[in-house]
Amino acid sequence: MLKRPHYIALGLIVFLTLLILNLPDKTAARLKLGLGSLFVPLFGLANSVQQAGSKSGDAVLPRSEIIRQKEALERQNQELQLQLMRSEGISRENERLRRLLGWQPQKPWKLKLSRVVLREDSNWWRTVQIDVGSRDGVRVDLPVLSTEGLVGRISSVSLTRSQVVLLGDPNCKVAARVDNQTRDTGVIGATGPLESNIVEMGYLSRTADLRPGQNVWTSGLGGVFPKDILIGKIVDSHSEDFGMSTVARVKLAANLSALEEVWVIMEP
Amino acid sequence: MNWLTTFFVLVAAFLAVFWEAAFHWVRHLVGVQIDLLPALMVYAALYGRLATVCFLAFLGGLLFDSLSANPLGISILPLFAVGFIIHLWRDLILRDQPFAQAVLGLAAGAAVPVLELLLLLTTGRPPRLGLGTIWQLVVMSVGSALATPVIFFVFDWIQRTLVHSPAVETSFRPDREIRRGR
Repeated sequence: MLKRPHYIALGLIVFLTLLILNLPDKTAARLKLGLGSLFVPLFGLANSVQQAGSKSGDAVLPRSEIIRQKEALERQNQELQLQLMRSEGISRENERLRRLLGWQPQKPWKLKLSRVVLREDSNWWRTVQIDVGSRDGVRVDLPVLSTEGLVGRISSVSLTRSQVVLLGDPNCKVAARVDNQTRDTGVIGATGPLESNIVEMGYLSRTADLRPGQNVWTSGLGGVFPKDILIGKIVDSHSEDFGMSTVARVKLAANLSALEEVWVIMEP
Repeated sequence: MNWLTTFFVLVAAFLAVFWEAAFHWVRHLVGVQIDLLPALMVYAALYGRLATVCFLAFLGGLLFDSLSANPLGISILPLFAVGFIIHLWRDLILRDQPFAQAVLGLAAGAAVPVLELLLLLTTGRPPRLGLGTIWQLVVMSVGSALATPVIFFVFDWIQRTLVHSPAVETSFRPDREIRRGR
């Protein structure tokens, strides 16, 4: 049934696939980024389409609604300015106390705003691509967050864009701490394929005092993510490994399925 | 199918991969992104040459993996396997029937991700798996089944509009015409 051309095609494809799969990691990453850059002209097109949609929405927005939104934003701005003033006072006090105790001063974060341009096209992973790259000083393993909380970390970088592996992906593990009396620590790991905003926190002590609603923060252990970035809230917990450890489900603070703009912490 | 159509198939693969990565309203709706490459492969395997199947599997797979966290090249073999099998049996398939196209799309839409999963597990890169994976496979298969007749329709239209159709020799010969006399 199989003729000579069939055997040749089969052999050629299998050979090429094995060749590409066995490329050194660096070469494969470069090839991947090179191929991905073929889509760059279309990024702009997609952005234009989305912007045209939002602009046409703005055009039909009534004037009264715009004024109402403006007033609300002004109020929010004033509240935030007051909060900022108070925070600066607390921050100064904190710095002074740290100096008195002889502790290292805390460095302020250097943030870079970026826009999400593409999402993962396969269903097996959870990644997005952002429009900043090595040209902007971005490098692998930098933490990424939104205004609500932690989002993930940079997994690969090209000149003009980077791939962010999101919380809940098997390749994004985060050392975390529960905001309770015992300050229990664990690791945020992968989650089920359809749960976009729930992740599992494992390696918790079996005596961990977990209650729904407790906040979960980054613990700073592991060296990738800085301490005290909000991850989410405990939903529920159950014991595992014959009662030897506890696993908690955590609802993420950031809505990962509706990410549009994210911040990269350039110097954690 | 000529080389121009092969070129159109490859352009369609490029646009399909971009659509999957840039527009995610299907994902928002059902929680799963639909893969259009298996449906495209069904068309290429039924109407194209073996070279078209090879090109589509190789370039489509590479482009798909380039925008994904998949290891580069993991999608080539599943696409090729599906295209190769359909290409071998294409003379026995009612390729002009939309129902047959949809059934083939359903089978291809299920087979490609399952093979991809097996390859990922074999290479030691287990992805996110769970009960939801079944729902993902169902949605991807149904999406592919719905997309396949549409792709056939679009390519038929392109074929009619842009590709020169070969002149067909008729059985009529003027020297054999029966002359009617009174």
